[in-house]
Formats: sequence, structure tokens, C-alpha cells
Amino acid sequence: MARIEIKSEWCKGCYICVDACPNTVLAVDKEAWLKGFHPVVVAHAEECTLCRNCELLCPDLAITVTKDDDSGHS
Amino acid sequence: MTTTQWSRVPSTLKPGRHFMQGDEACAEGAIAAGCDYYAGYPITPASEIMQHICNRFSDMPERKFMQMEDEIASIASCIGASWAGARSMTATSGPGLSLMLENIGYALMTETPCVVVDVQRAGPSTGQATRPGQGDVMQARWGAHGDYEMIVLSPWSAQEMYSQTIRAFNLADRFRVPVILLADEAVGHLREKVEIDDQVRIYRRTESGPDGPFVGSGIPPMPRFGSGHKLLITGSTHDDWGYRRTSSPEAQAKLIEHLRSKILSHADEIVETEALHCEGQLDFLLVAYGFTARSALGAVQTARQGGMRAGLLRLKTLWPFAEAAVGELTQRCKHVLVPEMNQGQVLREVQRCAPDAQGYGKTNGEVIKPQEILRAMREMLT
Amino acid sequence: MIRGTTESIRRMIRPEAFPTPFCSGCGHGILLGAILRAVDELDWDIDEMVFVSGIGCGGWIPSPHFAADTLHVTHGRPVAFATGVKTFRPELNVVAIGGDGDIASIGGNHLIHAARRDVDLTVICANNLIYGMTGGQLTPTTPQNAYTSTTPRGNHERPFDLCGLASAAGATYVARYSVYHVRPLIKALKKAFQHKGFGFVEVLSSCPTQYGRRNALRTPVDMLRHFKKTCVTAKRAQRMTPAELEGKTIIGELVKG
Repeated sequence: MARIEIKSEWCKGCYICVDACPNTVLAVDKEAWLKGFHPVVVAHAEECTLCRNCELLCPDLAITVTKDDDSGHS
Repeated sequence: MTTTQWSRVPSTLKPGRHFMQGDEACAEGAIAAGCDYYAGYPITPASEIMQHICNRFSDMPERKFMQMEDEIASIASCIGASWAGARSMTATSGPGLSLMLENIGYALMTETPCVVVDVQRAGPSTGQATRPGQGDVMQARWGAHGDYEMIVLSPWSAQEMYSQTIRAFNLADRFRVPVILLADEAVGHLREKVEIDDQVRIYRRTESGPDGPFVGSGIPPMPRFGSGHKLLITGSTHDDWGYRRTSSPEAQAKLIEHLRSKILSHADEIVETEALHCEGQLDFLLVAYGFTARSALGAVQTARQGGMRAGLLRLKTLWPFAEAAVGELTQRCKHVLVPEMNQGQVLREVQRCAPDAQGYGKTNGEVIKPQEILRAMREMLT
Repeated sequence: MIRGTTESIRRMIRPEAFPTPFCSGCGHGILLGAILRAVDELDWDIDEMVFVSGIGCGGWIPSPHFAADTLHVTHGRPVAFATGVKTFRPELNVVAIGGDGDIASIGGNHLIHAARRDVDLTVICANNLIYGMTGGQLTPTTPQNAYTSTTPRGNHERPFDLCGLASAAGATYVARYSVYHVRPLIKALKKAFQHKGFGFVEVLSSCPTQYGRRNALRTPVDMLRHFKKTCVTAKRAQRMTPAELEGKTIIGELVKG
């Protein structure tokens, strides 16, 4: 199981991560507002394959993808 | 942090009397001062400095020489090398100084020690490459944009091309500034005796200090790259940590004040003059510098033989300006004349202390002769 | 912690400098991450590196974001400053970073001479095809017919092939990728860092605010998709007709030292 964390203080709402995901792990929450844009939320963490496209393409180092196991190590 | 930064090192030339060209003496002064990075570009009448350093560095593998693609790259690489720990120098003439000024401003802003030699020639623009001039005095002080204080030295002999180059390195490290050695083609190309001592007095910058922002008056220590300090250096306005603060009026005001006060509060240490025959009341005071001061001394000596109470105040530093010495002397003399190979660049400064001072400006690419100065003095008396 | 992940590289930044001043979706942020990921994957001591950068958004990539020795210099001159650092301290790994205007317009002369000298440096050109910080003016890499603030009717000038320029000047490692192609980009950066000699990495980067907005690529996603569509490897380009190659950019390792 993957743990995807979005640091909202650093996110600027470019949505590159949403587009980069080969599945539909991430989504834009059109009901909410964050600093003037709709925030990105983790919609389907269970679909995450730990490809880390979102991580690598985030211009703000705002998203981390780690393997959620007991040791905390990936 | 309280260990003394002064030390005496053995001379890099055989002690005793040498006969050398001014440019060569400048190069030897740099070597004596521990210059270990030189980057330059050929330009008359300074190329000999670069050539001599190139020849000498070839036997000194720990000292690096680069001929760069232009003057801008030369001063840029000197500044980079300085942050890598080098005592760096470049030499040029007026046109090259014009190109270097942006990065000299960068060195001022980032408080980077380095030495820039300008062997002045007749300008403006390409001018007369092989002819002397003293037209870069104001440019050396004000050429980089913005507000700052400059240290500019003025040698009048091959001996001073040697000793003032050493002084330039020491001042650069002491105050973490670029220092300009403002010579002229006449001093650069004449050959005369240079006395070399067996030891050289060197001031080295402080490289260590407590980690954290530098807060306080005075001169910050300057670690070198690769020492784990994660140095944050920028030409943008910055705070004590080095972070850009390009929207803060407080940061800008504080930084400008720091850059200026670190020089002005040490003016006594930096400013040097030589007063020759200046005792008591004077009929005539000449204020001169560089090659012109040699002729001015000749004129003073002749005038004194004729019974006039004439004296010479020689400026060994041009900037900060020697207000105290000029102010004091001009009060006890009747006439003040400033001969220079420009149209009154130092005259203007002298007139701030002595409004009645006059100048003798010569801008035909020739040095000023003692007879010309005497004629100008006689004209002032009529 | 896996090397090269965001979790891992967050220890290599100055956190007080985040969020970054870059626009939303700026490709330079992706490049910022890619550089740190390359250093992390190489397991290099960042305290043995010096990052010299110029003026413009590209120059802000390492300064102040990297917790490392950073030298933020005058416009166009990082390669010259870097030459001084490297010449005096050859044991340090020196990287010069600047935008297309900084490295190839005002800095063009220093680029070709450092390449000619084969100085052991890595030069990263963050090429967003425009002068972003000053409001979107033309640079020597702006494509023909593109709109910029100083080419309001479309650019008549031809752009540089920066990799061709660096190679012809003597660079011994040359690569070009876009920020979309972040994985091969990281590989190329690692190679360039390790390469003994002059390494040049051109990184096509997105400026949605100044370039994208004027050229029908308004969103950050549009710009990345544009890079995906228009970048082709040299190998694939060999099998394409001139008509098919129209508007395409060759990516890959172009000079492998």
C-alpha cells in the first residue's frame, strides 16, 4: 500500500501530478479552495503503483510517495 | 577569531636591488603577496603584467594562471577563485576596466577580496594605447553602479608598483573588498630600481568563525568553498544569512550602510599621503599623484630653490579621498594647484576642501613636465 | 529511504526557501528536483560541490534552494565564475546553471570558450525559450514564429541549436532532454557530473506564464504534453521524413565523451 502525502504549504495547484499519474490516484477537489486554487487530493491511494511520476514531476517537491509498511522504510 | 592575521613571509625575489619595469614590479608584488590565481586578457599597456605572471607561475604549480576570453571573464573567474580561497588578481587598462565594472560591483556587494590593476592610458575609448593618462580616477571610484566605497591606490614609481600591489592584496583581504591599483602607462613602462626586502608583510583573511549569520559591524570572516559551510553568496540585496531580500527596505539600508561604513570607519588605516616640503605656512601647495607627482616634486624643488615656500602633497590613495590631509594643508597655503593628466578629476575633490584650488589638466597623451607645472604656478601668481 | 526520491532529497534543500518563488507549474522546479536527485543517486557529498548560477529564473534553481555552496553571480557569467572556482580547486565538483538568455545570449562567449577549453565543469542550461523573469522577451532559443513580448507578430529570427553549438565548440559530453523526460534527464545529469571534461546539458523547461500563455500552451500540463509530443530521440528521428521532423526537437545524449 502506498502512502501519498501532499504538502499543501508548498503546492501551487499546477495539476501536473494529477496528469502524470498513470492511474487515477490523485484528483482535483473542485469543492474546496486552497490559496486561490482547487487543491489536489489523494482520491484512490489503493491504485498507486509507486511509479513516483507525480513526485518526479512536481516542481515544488510537494508530494512524496512512500511504501506504507511497518518499518517506515521504502 | 582574535589571532592576528598579519604574518611575515620570505620574499619571493632575491633581497637587494633590482632594476625592473613598473609592470614587472607590479607582477612581482603580486607574487610576493601570495597571489595564487591570475586571470587576464591582453591590453596595452598592462599586458606585461600578465606575461610576467604567466612566466613566473609556470614554475609555481600551486599558483594558477588563466588567459580568459575577455576582461569580463577575467574578473569573473578571479571572484570565483577568491571564494575558492585564492588571492586573485587581474590587470587591465581603461577600456578593460569599463568592461569589468559590473563584476567589480559584484565583488563589492558580495564582499569578495581581489585586486584589479588599471594601467591607465589616454582615452576615452580606444584612445592612445601606448600613451599615459590619468582619466580613470572617477571611473575607478564611481564606475560600478550604486552606492559603495572604493579603495583605490596610486603608485608613482616601480618601487611602489611592487609595494602598493602588496598593500592592495592586504587591504583586499583585510576589508573584504576589490581594490583597484590605479597606475598609468608612464609608471608601468619606466624602468628603475626596486629594493626588495628579505621579508614581506602579509595580511590573510579570516576563514573561520562561528556558524550562523554575521551580525555586527566590522568585517565578516570568509570561509572558502568546500569547507562545509554551505555558503550562500549573491549579488542581490541580502540579509545577514545571505538570503535574497529584494523587497525589504530595511535589508537594503542595512547592507549599504555596512558596505560603506566598513571602509569609512577605517579611513585612517586606508588613506595614505606623503607630504613633501610641507612644513609651516606655504605659498604654494601642489596636490599630485602617480607619474605626475614626480614632475610636481621637481617643480616644488625648483620653486623652493627660487625662494618660494612650495610643498607637495602626494596622494598614495585616491579613494577614499584624503580629505583630512588636504583640508589641513590647504588651510595653511596661499595657492593650490592640482596637475593631472585629465581635465580636473582630483581637482574637483580638492576644491571641496579648498574652493580656490586650480588645476593644470593635460590630456594630449603626454606626461606633464616640471617646467609646465612651474609655468602654471607663475601664471597663478600674476 | 530510497535515493532520488523526494523524501530523500528534502534533506538537501533549505526548507525556509520553500515554497519556491517559481510560478505554478514552472519546469525549473522539476529541474531543481532532478539535479538533487542525480546528486543523491550518485551518493556524492554535496559539500564537495559548488553551484554557480546566473540571473533569471534559471539562476534561482540552486540559490537559495540548495543547502550547498552556491554562488549567484551576474547575468551571463556563471560559466566564467565557475571556471575560476574549478581552476583553483580542481577537487571540487563545479556546476554552472543558467537560463537560455543567461547561458546563450549574454553568456554565449563564455559558453563556447569553456567548451573549447574542455574545462571540467557541468553547464546546465534551463531552456524555457524565453526571458521569463523580465516579462517574456525573445531569446536566442525562441523557436521561429513563436510569440514573445518583443516578437508580437511572431519571431523571424532562427534559434540556436545549443547542443550543436556546444558540441562544435568542443564540449565532450552533450545531452538534451525536457523536464517532461525527467528520468533520462536525471541519468544524463549523473553522467554529466561524472564526466571529466566539459559537460553541457540542455534542459527544455516549461514557462507557462510567459511562453506558454503566448503560444497556446496555457497550462503547465499543456506545456509538458507539448514536450512529450515534439521531442524525439536521434534514433527515432533517423526513421522520420523531413516533413515529420518539422517542429520536432532531438533529445538524447548527443555527444558521449
